Amino acid sequence: MEAILEARGLTKRYGATLALNNVDITLPKGKIVGLLGPNGSGKTTLLKIAAGLLTPTNGVILADNRPIGEATKSVVSFLPERTYLPDWMTVTDCLDYFTDFYEDFDGKRAEDMLGRLAVPANKKMRTLSKGTREKMQLVLVMSRRAKLYLLDEPIGGVDPATRDYILNTIIGNYDNEATILISTHLIADVEKVLDEFLFLKEGVITMHDTTDNVRETQGKSLDELFREVFRC
Amino acid sequence: MAWQFTSNRPIYQQIMEEIELRILNGTYEKGMRLPSVRDLAMTAAVNPNTMQRALSELENQGLVATQRNTGRTVTTDEEAIKHARTVKADSLTDTFLLQMKALGLTKKEVLERLAEREEKEEEHGSNS
Repeated sequence: MEAILEARGLTKRYGATLALNNVDITLPKGKIVGLLGPNGSGKTTLLKIAAGLLTPTNGVILADNRPIGEATKSVVSFLPERTYLPDWMTVTDCLDYFTDFYEDFDGKRAEDMLGRLAVPANKKMRTLSKGTREKMQLVLVMSRRAKLYLLDEPIGGVDPATRDYILNTIIGNYDNEATILISTHLIADVEKVLDEFLFLKEGVITMHDTTDNVRETQGKSLDELFREVFRC
Repeated sequence: MAWQFTSNRPIYQQIMEEIELRILNGTYEKGMRLPSVRDLAMTAAVNPNTMQRALSELENQGLVATQRNTGRTVTTDEEAIKHARTVKADSLTDTFLLQMKALGLTKKEVLERLAEREEKEEEHGSNS
């Protein structure tokens, strides 16, 4: 199967802290993959490296067969943990902003989805609730026709109804050519949408398998397996 | 409303059972066109690849057919539906009998209970 993201010996050091330790990953095209691990296990660092926002200390990483850089940013769509949309921008400004930045941005699709959220086009980001701003950011990121989506904790810190909206947006926009890598520690909520998962523990990938296989061979859910593996 | 799944078995198998049930009880009528994979995945709140897998397996079992232009439909083969219903009913009966056995009831006692239930329902004019 063709790979969309490949990493070999990927290492990231922050001073004395080893955030990623010799990580090898191969992610195929057309899958929804969970990047699962407790707080501080290196999830965000890995996503930021793949998004081209951090440079690794060591190792090689390719997205769509190219080294991470300007070229890969055109096929990788990243949702950071915190929204970066400036306070003073209106909904329309944000749409224009994405249209200017990304050739693969599907403005029509974004408007459709925002329509369902019932956010007026002239509303400024400052006046929107935290949940609405996060939904807005997700809609923008998912409206790109990218090959790889990196979503950092898309369902952290929002209420269950918003969580459903977010997961639905992810499922509804997914096309089977693209791969979505979702980091989270809220496993019970996302496991129904995951094809595969990675367990990340203290900067090391400790498991990479399919969700079906865990249920088939071990007779337990991912959530149960996670609680066992990461028991404190 | 998202579909409910238990944690100990693969989700595609549970989706298969749910769709099979809908076909057997007529919610999805014979020959009816099924919703698209994406729509079904969104309704069930599952991964589209998982839904796809469940539908392919149902296709292998002959309960679902793929037409070139119309997408997936429920089979029009009545024998296939009848057969699937028999298999399902047998398996549910086995489970029921096993549970009764675990409770310490003999087959004869189980049959008596069923007959009793039948009488009671007739008295109350219930026909369910």
